[in-house]
Amino acid sequence: MIYSFLRDIVVALIKIVVVMGVCALAVAYTAYLERKVCAWIQSRLGPMRVGYHGILQPIADGLKLFIKEDIIPSKADKILFYLCPVICLVPAFTVLAVIPWSPSFYITDINIGLLFIFAVSSLGVFGLVMAGWASNSKYPLIGGLRSAAQMVSYEVSIGLSVIGVLIFAESLSMVEIIEKQAESGIWFILVQPLGFFLYIVCALAETNRLPFDLPEAETELVAGYQTEYSAMKFAFFYLAEYLNMIVVSAIGATLFLGGWGSPLAFLHIEIPGSGMMKAFLEGLIPAVWFCLKVLFILFLFIWIRWTFPRYRYDQLMQIGWKILLPLSLINIGFAGIEYFFYEKLAWYIFYPIVWGGTALIIIISFKFIKSFENFCVSKRRSDYETAT
Amino acid sequence: MPEKIKNSESEDFKTEEIIVNMGPQHPSTHGVLRLILTLDGEVVKDCEVVIGYLHRGVEKLCEQRDYRQNIVYTDRLDYVASMSNNLAYVLAVEKLLGVEIPERAEYIRVICAELQRIASHLLWLGTHAMDIGAVTVFLYCFREREDILDLFEMLSGARLTYNYIHIGGVAADLPDGFVEKAKKFLDTFPAHIDEYEQLLSKNRMWLDRTVDIGVISGEDAIDLGLSGPSLRGSGVKWDVRKAEPYSIYDRFDFKVPIGSKGDTYDRYIVRLEEMRQSVKIVKDALSQIPDGEIMAKVPRIIKPPEGEVYRSIEAPKGELGFYIVSDGSDKPYRVKIRPPSFVNLESFKKMVQGHLVADVIAIIGTLDIVLGEVDR
Repeated sequence: MIYSFLRDIVVALIKIVVVMGVCALAVAYTAYLERKVCAWIQSRLGPMRVGYHGILQPIADGLKLFIKEDIIPSKADKILFYLCPVICLVPAFTVLAVIPWSPSFYITDINIGLLFIFAVSSLGVFGLVMAGWASNSKYPLIGGLRSAAQMVSYEVSIGLSVIGVLIFAESLSMVEIIEKQAESGIWFILVQPLGFFLYIVCALAETNRLPFDLPEAETELVAGYQTEYSAMKFAFFYLAEYLNMIVVSAIGATLFLGGWGSPLAFLHIEIPGSGMMKAFLEGLIPAVWFCLKVLFILFLFIWIRWTFPRYRYDQLMQIGWKILLPLSLINIGFAGIEYFFYEKLAWYIFYPIVWGGTALIIIISFKFIKSFENFCVSKRRSDYETAT
Repeated sequence: MPEKIKNSESEDFKTEEIIVNMGPQHPSTHGVLRLILTLDGEVVKDCEVVIGYLHRGVEKLCEQRDYRQNIVYTDRLDYVASMSNNLAYVLAVEKLLGVEIPERAEYIRVICAELQRIASHLLWLGTHAMDIGAVTVFLYCFREREDILDLFEMLSGARLTYNYIHIGGVAADLPDGFVEKAKKFLDTFPAHIDEYEQLLSKNRMWLDRTVDIGVISGEDAIDLGLSGPSLRGSGVKWDVRKAEPYSIYDRFDFKVPIGSKGDTYDRYIVRLEEMRQSVKIVKDALSQIPDGEIMAKVPRIIKPPEGEVYRSIEAPKGELGFYIVSDGSDKPYRVKIRPPSFVNLESFKKMVQGHLVADVIAIIGTLDIVLGEVDR
């Protein structure tokens, strides 16, 4: 009895250490990926010095941040100032507990998985707001307040955007959501394209990425809430930010892209071999698929960041409340209707209806939502051409 | 305390105003500009522009050196458009002297000035886009600007402060391979402008950030003395190259693009179109350039007759003028510079009031100021 209890604890500890270690390293290499993709988009090289093609650059960065001087503003609220990076980091790591990496490898599966993720991950914003306050400086304060407002407006939409998936999955457990997709052989992005789009937009805002990186906005607020932070405390913020990015990508992959499921599942390829090797491969290959999907979404985020300009604060709120919120509410109704027909219709009738319906929702919404009326056509550009 | 609420200024919910110092070390003030912003939430109630952090007394220094030596000071005014500054000063001195410039030198000057306009606008576009968050455009612009700097390096050996246009002509003739290289650049460059436009001009986010931001009407723009693309963005068709032609600009066929509304987007479009027009001018100039001398016969020690002169040119940022008083000696008695950035900055307060903090940055970017020129 006690033996099996101890064994469970040891196994859990090993899993936690592996996940935390791998993710911390993954964060460093996400930053590397960001720099390389950015360099590629901007036709330059990116880090090239440390190691082959700068492959050791993230480690060198980490070491550098460790030995940098730690500066605290003299009138800062010292306790809070020290606490904030940790407050940001802890939720980001906690959420990793319910991310299913492969059928045999996840720290835990709880029946309210998704709810747990949203509940815990939104605590991170306390760190940002308090950092803004504790720095006792005006730019960080504005940045912190912006981040609070942003979190409030986008947390609602992101929560509503995944309801469609929950209707189809009939569960909040992350593992069950993936299993449902594997069973039926369809990824939920096919039935919920609008949901996926809304999720990605909200996730960008949640993780403070461009075009919604207003709490940081290095050109306006210098660096927003983290202006006064240096050395390891800064690194913690950085770690939390990129970890959040990985987490939202992992949730996106789980909910919409079939999680660990292989896109080649319809071929029914059996893993050869037997015994330990087979078990190992059966654990590993799904994890590879999962990581590839996470990487795909991460790449999407990076691509968007280096393509678009930044929105203004009031425009961000406008998009959140006036566009994304109504759209995600409509999407819930749509998902309900969809679910009704899901079992009844053959796939070649069902999918055209779903995608056509999605297109219709988008078109009608664009007509109704005033600020979207000339989304694609620049009226001003044609004005100019006639003027000269 | 219900009484206190009743006695307060307004019955409405009111927030406290804060004063924020933006600059002089802020990353987006394009140099050492200091803005004292009075903010109500994020709305700019008032803005005070504080300048002088880069003041070097160039105008006074010019009185200590002779006419030829002063050219290097002009390089350091608008350090991203040194050729234009050289040209403006040299034209003023030449007007004072009354010398005739050889044809070939005139063409080379126009080529330099227009290439410099493109280079300056590229730097503006890059930094302006970066202020609004589009970092990729910044690096694209610098990629093309590099080609122009290479051309200038071939001409003068320098990449920033060229000291190339001299009194009476230019310092050196076009080196071998210059024309080919310039033509190659001009052939590829319009496609790059299209590339920037693809990223920005019809981008919903760019439109949201620039349309109706920092509006200034044509009347106000004239009252405040705006010049250059900032003035033309407001729909005023005024370009020194057309209004008071200097050098040989009357021989080229080019359009003066104007905006309609005077907002940030109009100024952006005007500058993009100006780059296209400059490409056209340089192409024409390269195909028409005659052989011959590059330097007029100017005495070794320049002693202009007594008198005063004002000559302005259409620099990339607006009207750049030099007012020189000569007492007949080999040094100017007085030099006064009319820098476009300094005068354009005057309209900043009017443009920024009522906008948000993020717009302050967009408006600084759209004015295209260089603090070296503001402070002199």
